[in-house]
Amino acid sequence: MIQTENLTKIYQMGDSEVRALDGASFTIDKGEMVSIMGPSGSGKSTLMSIIGCLDVPTSGSYILDGVAVENMDETKLAETRGQKIGFVFQQFNLLARTSALENVMLPLTYAGYSGQERHDRAMKALDRVGLSKRTHHAPSELSGGQQQRVAIARALVNEPAIILADEPTGALDSKTGVEIMELFQGLHSDQGQTVILVTHDAYVARHTNRIIKLSDGHIVSDEVNKNPIKAGTPRTEE
Amino acid sequence: MLFSENFKIAIRALRANKLRSVLTMLGIVIGVATVVALLSIGKGATASITSSIQSNGSNLLTVSPGRQQTGPGVGGSQQASYLYYSDYQLLERSLTTNVVAIVPSYRSSYLVNYGDESFSVNVTGVTKDYQETNSYEVAEGRFISDGDNKSQSLVAVLGSQTAEDLFGGLYAVGKIISVNGVKFEVIGVLESKGSSGFGSSDDAVFIPLDAGYNKLFGSTATYNDRKIVNSISVSVSTTEAMDTVSAQIEFLIRRSHNLTSSDELDFNVLSQSDLLSTLTSVTQTLTVFLGAIAGISLLVGGIGIMNIMLVSVTERTKEIGLRKAVGATKNQILTQFLIETMTLSVLGGIIGILFGVGLASLVTLTGLLTAIITYDSILLAFTFSLAIGVFFGLYPAFRAANLHPMVALRYE
Repeated sequence: MIQTENLTKIYQMGDSEVRALDGASFTIDKGEMVSIMGPSGSGKSTLMSIIGCLDVPTSGSYILDGVAVENMDETKLAETRGQKIGFVFQQFNLLARTSALENVMLPLTYAGYSGQERHDRAMKALDRVGLSKRTHHAPSELSGGQQQRVAIARALVNEPAIILADEPTGALDSKTGVEIMELFQGLHSDQGQTVILVTHDAYVARHTNRIIKLSDGHIVSDEVNKNPIKAGTPRTEE
Repeated sequence: MLFSENFKIAIRALRANKLRSVLTMLGIVIGVATVVALLSIGKGATASITSSIQSNGSNLLTVSPGRQQTGPGVGGSQQASYLYYSDYQLLERSLTTNVVAIVPSYRSSYLVNYGDESFSVNVTGVTKDYQETNSYEVAEGRFISDGDNKSQSLVAVLGSQTAEDLFGGLYAVGKIISVNGVKFEVIGVLESKGSSGFGSSDDAVFIPLDAGYNKLFGSTATYNDRKIVNSISVSVSTTEAMDTVSAQIEFLIRRSHNLTSSDELDFNVLSQSDLLSTLTSVTQTLTVFLGAIAGISLLVGGIGIMNIMLVSVTERTKEIGLRKAVGATKNQILTQFLIETMTLSVLGGIIGILFGVGLASLVTLTGLLTAIITYDSILLAFTFSLAIGVFFGLYPAFRAANLHPMVALRYE
């Protein structure tokens, strides 16, 4: 699903160069649930923006779902995002004064689907996250957890190759956070959805089957997590 | 992505900041309203001047002195020039073909009294044909006759406004008015000709010219003991003969004023169409000038829109980032913001057109003049506001479209 080779991203900061990402190579297969971990400044945001086709690497190659992304122009990148990536953000990033249904329909609008199909698919996605009774509520009328569910429905609605979640529980209380993690695990186990979680929280990361750790732009470890925490079971401190 | 969806997004965004949207639109509303109102009023003024000049008869030549006396005594280095009663007599004798009537007139302003009412009115000494050459209709009584002039009768014909002022709607014929202390008997009242945009032709008193010279005007109507006139109107029989008659007049008076062919003329021969084209070009210039000022206010309104749209783009950086993340291309973002700006300016334009039409109608209601609202001016104003939407919307829309999605998403 994802194949990267020697990904490097260099930012020019005045006279000095910052190597935000310095030769990251890894492969993520279809149906995997992976976390990318690292403290702030480790390059995980940069990696996420490249995986999410929001940015292109300075050098190295990136093949997403069989398509080379590294040399795409802005328009192609936007189309690829619309077709293959579902984003979930820490702050939900829903459009204000816009109903849940319309928020979920947004990616389909840009992808050029007809009105009826948009509606049907958005309803299905909202049903999948358990919000079929809240379709006409604006974000301000929904709780944080519900808002994040709308955001997940929006990520799902295009049937993306990967869901890319950036600190999805970071703005939620722990109980709601658990519910969201449960939802991700359900998507992964029930539908074989590829999920990539970007987080600095080790506890959140341990819910996934594989953990990639970044530091100073390098991958420092890439390990399989044999016993992922099942969300909803009591938290046990080691 | 469909236009209707972009339009829905635009309306939602504009409604989110109602007061701000309304204030922004106000600039365009005022600009467009001024353009529409000024163009309509300008057109109305032109039409009213045209019609009032045409009501004087189009085959009329007017001879007037070339240099007017500027005040009591002769001021300045240039000597005022005069037309004399003898010039009229010369024309009357010499012009035999193609001419319907020749009318001399002398005009001066006097205090006119009836009872307690007293007004300063232009009193014009004329002959019988003045009525026809200047297209007056008599409402009551009769106009001045040849006999009145011959016998130098102290009779007066009143313009409708003057009759109204002095007699307040009472029957005026037979009453005695006093002009500068001289008693005149009212023999007729004229029909209204309507206002002409500059000075009403209904505010006037007409008396027999010969009576005026002998009993009223006194020494002011003479120069070197020769009777002077303000103008000589020559009514020509056909439009084709205008140029010929005009040349004849020029030749005759030039000779009688002892001017050589190299001397500058000390009198003017103007046709109604000359006057018309001069005045029309003046009002057109004024209309364009006023329209340009209104156009500047539209421009200022456009800059206001751009300013607000730039603020809006900054405020909605995160939204733009999100839209890009879920697959919006540069062009789609560009279109979205452009349509938002155009919605503002076109909506402002439509409201402005309504206000402008209302303003023009209000001017018509006051009776000053009839504003003429043309589709041209409405179309012009609408197109202009649309163009402003595109022009001033492009830069903010480009700013939005060129935002880097990752940077936009992280913007706080």
